[in-house]
Amino acid sequence: MLTETRMNQSNSTATGMGTGLFEGTNRQIRSLAHEDIAMTVENLDLYYGETQALKSVSLKIPRQRVTAFIGPSGCGKSTLLRCFNRMNDLVESCHIEGAINLHDVNIYRRDTDVAELRRRVGMVFQKPNPFPKSIYENVAYGLRLQGVKNRRVLDEVVEQSIKAVGLWDEVKDRLRSNAFGLSGGQQQRLVIARAIAIEPEVILLDEPTSALDPISTAKIEELIEELKQRYTILIVTHNMQQAARVSDYTAYMYLGEVVEHADTMDLFTNPGQKATEDYITGRYG
Amino acid sequence: MREWWKSGAPWIWLNGGAVTISMLMVFGLIALILVRGFGAFWPHPVIETTYQAPGTDPVTVIGELRRSEQLTGAAMRDAGVDIPEEQPLVTRHLIKLGNRDVTGRDFSYYIDDFMGEWRYPAEATVLERREWGDFFGIPRRLLEQGQVVAEGDGLWEEFQLRVARVNDLWDEIRGIERGEIGRINFQLERVRLDERRAELDGVMTEAMRDQFAQREAALQAQYSELEQRLNALYDDLERDSIVMQEAGGSEVTLRVADVVKAWQPNDMSLPAKVGFYVRDFLDFIGGYPREANTEGGIFPAIFGTVVMVLVMSVIVTPFGILAAIYLREYARQGPILKMVRISVYNLAGVPSIVFGVFGLGFFVYFLGGGIDRAFFPEALPSPTFGTPGLFWASLTLALLTLPVVIVSTEEGLARIPSTIREGSLSLGATKGETLWKVVVPLASPAMMTGLILAIARAAGEVAPLMLVGVVKLAPTLPIDGNFPFIHLERKIMHLGFHIYDVGFQSPHAEAAEQLVYATALILVLLIVTLNLTAITIRNHLREKYRAESD
Repeated sequence: MLTETRMNQSNSTATGMGTGLFEGTNRQIRSLAHEDIAMTVENLDLYYGETQALKSVSLKIPRQRVTAFIGPSGCGKSTLLRCFNRMNDLVESCHIEGAINLHDVNIYRRDTDVAELRRRVGMVFQKPNPFPKSIYENVAYGLRLQGVKNRRVLDEVVEQSIKAVGLWDEVKDRLRSNAFGLSGGQQQRLVIARAIAIEPEVILLDEPTSALDPISTAKIEELIEELKQRYTILIVTHNMQQAARVSDYTAYMYLGEVVEHADTMDLFTNPGQKATEDYITGRYG
Repeated sequence: MREWWKSGAPWIWLNGGAVTISMLMVFGLIALILVRGFGAFWPHPVIETTYQAPGTDPVTVIGELRRSEQLTGAAMRDAGVDIPEEQPLVTRHLIKLGNRDVTGRDFSYYIDDFMGEWRYPAEATVLERREWGDFFGIPRRLLEQGQVVAEGDGLWEEFQLRVARVNDLWDEIRGIERGEIGRINFQLERVRLDERRAELDGVMTEAMRDQFAQREAALQAQYSELEQRLNALYDDLERDSIVMQEAGGSEVTLRVADVVKAWQPNDMSLPAKVGFYVRDFLDFIGGYPREANTEGGIFPAIFGTVVMVLVMSVIVTPFGILAAIYLREYARQGPILKMVRISVYNLAGVPSIVFGVFGLGFFVYFLGGGIDRAFFPEALPSPTFGTPGLFWASLTLALLTLPVVIVSTEEGLARIPSTIREGSLSLGATKGETLWKVVVPLASPAMMTGLILAIARAAGEVAPLMLVGVVKLAPTLPIDGNFPFIHLERKIMHLGFHIYDVGFQSPHAEAAEQLVYATALILVLLIVTLNLTAITIRNHLREKYRAESD
């Protein structure tokens, strides 16, 4: 049932025959129009010093869909995710070849404004990382960076963002108190509110629920479902059920390579590769 | 035995013992300073007794007991004192006699065996004087313009009133001398410098010359007016005198103007003693030193120490923090950085006197001399900044404590979790924005820790300061009402140096001993206060930036 609805949605947005979505992988399920592609990865190689962590990765990330990366620990899924907003720049020994395009512009071009890129491609991390400031200031942080000083604008955006993550009723009376007073799940939703306050196009989620309890996890998953109406979402998870629940497309990675990238339901019900099947059925390793 | 070793019990004893010994030493030190320091202000009873050493005439002794000690009879016999052979131990007492101007010695040892009965007469009086130290004796008559105005009953009350009167007069005189005359001197010097500068610049005109002459004449007129007022006050001081009977029985006439305070300790009740104690302590903290620093208060030293430490903090904190941020956040980690870091850390191990020599050679003579030539040529050849002073002392101490601040700040920066930095970067902040908006506030408690250590080190430092700006007696405070209010070029007094000076450079070692302890106590209290302030700020910051991971 779920697949059908999703297919219908996709079909309604897809306009005729476009570029092949899953070039470079073994399967080609469907084709999406060019404007339905938010980001593309072209032959990306990433090295930490001498070690190659990603091997000629090529992917297309559909717009306003959830794409999940799964795979065993150390397969490079987090590394790949951090390529989308150039977080790997912080690692001194890291060296990248190939391209990632955001609306046909390579983000690894020399003249890229990395801060601007990160405003367009937001990120949420494994462990909730609110700043040691008030709840309000946490959410307003990104706007203040952009020089927004107008009190009314700030108030409105903060309220909208916190409402969008379903946290408003829990924190509206204590917006001025320290964000560390919140529970882990609340903190993680606050961090998501902080990310969407600056209206990014893409949101990267790096194992966003691995440090949370099941109830908080469920809330975050619901939130992802809502957020994809407006944002393109990439999520790394080690939890295959979660990938199956929240994502539209899934990429299975192993040893720095994308083994298979397909429609989530297909990948889980009818994997095209022996390796994928072994992993999702628990016979890996 | 083997079992005992294996159980680990010896380790516990060893470690616990080490802690115990350390604690004993620290508490012993603090207790000694506290007892001796706070004891200095207590009104000790005055003893009157007769003393007759074998083969001499009996003499009356009036004074306060400073300490008693036991010596072997043999040692005393060697020293030529006539002690019976069979007596193994001799007790001797150090008695403070005062009356330095009358007898020439204000402390003397007396051997217990030759002393008569100790009496504590109610009328035995101690006078604290502006010169010649304390006077011990019995008041007889109060004179006004040479005429007796009080004797017997009512003498003491009248005397106290007149002491209060002269103290008021002195306050007025000091107020005029320090305040108004100080201001006029400052302005006269300003006029002289302005005139000299105009001459040096070659822009002097007749009109200007007249103007300067007028300004000077106006100030001189004010000065002579004040001088007249002062002379009148000084004449007023001469009015009263008191006749005291000293231990030898003769009568001595003293000017009431010389008496700071008078008390009769044997006649005081406990609350009166406590009141006296508190007043004496406050006088000590708030007063100016007298008689080559061996009497009076230590206010200029406290003030100088505090101002110097504050100026040092203002210099060292931004420098240290900026340097640490560069080292930790921006510099490329590698062998060069490692060498820089080792050099900085080792700077902390350089003996402080070396910093003093450097400060004198580089800061005072080179930098200060340069500043004088560039900005204060009119004052030359007398130097303005080219001589030891507050600013150079603070700068030298800042250099001395820089490594402490750098190391603490670096450690603080290293402890900030990378997730927080990434969170900020992922919202489109640049590295600089992340640093100043998130990382530095989070590391601020560590920076305060560095500052606390720096303050503790700087406030207690003495050796380098003697070379770069601290003096035995500074005529003026570094902050006063004359523009620009903070005078960085002035010389200052300092508690640490004061201890050294009073204790080891003073002509009256016995009189100064209590002051040394009292000053040490004040220094310790001052450092504790400064540190507590900084610790309070740090705790406040910690509370504010308390991260979940802490």
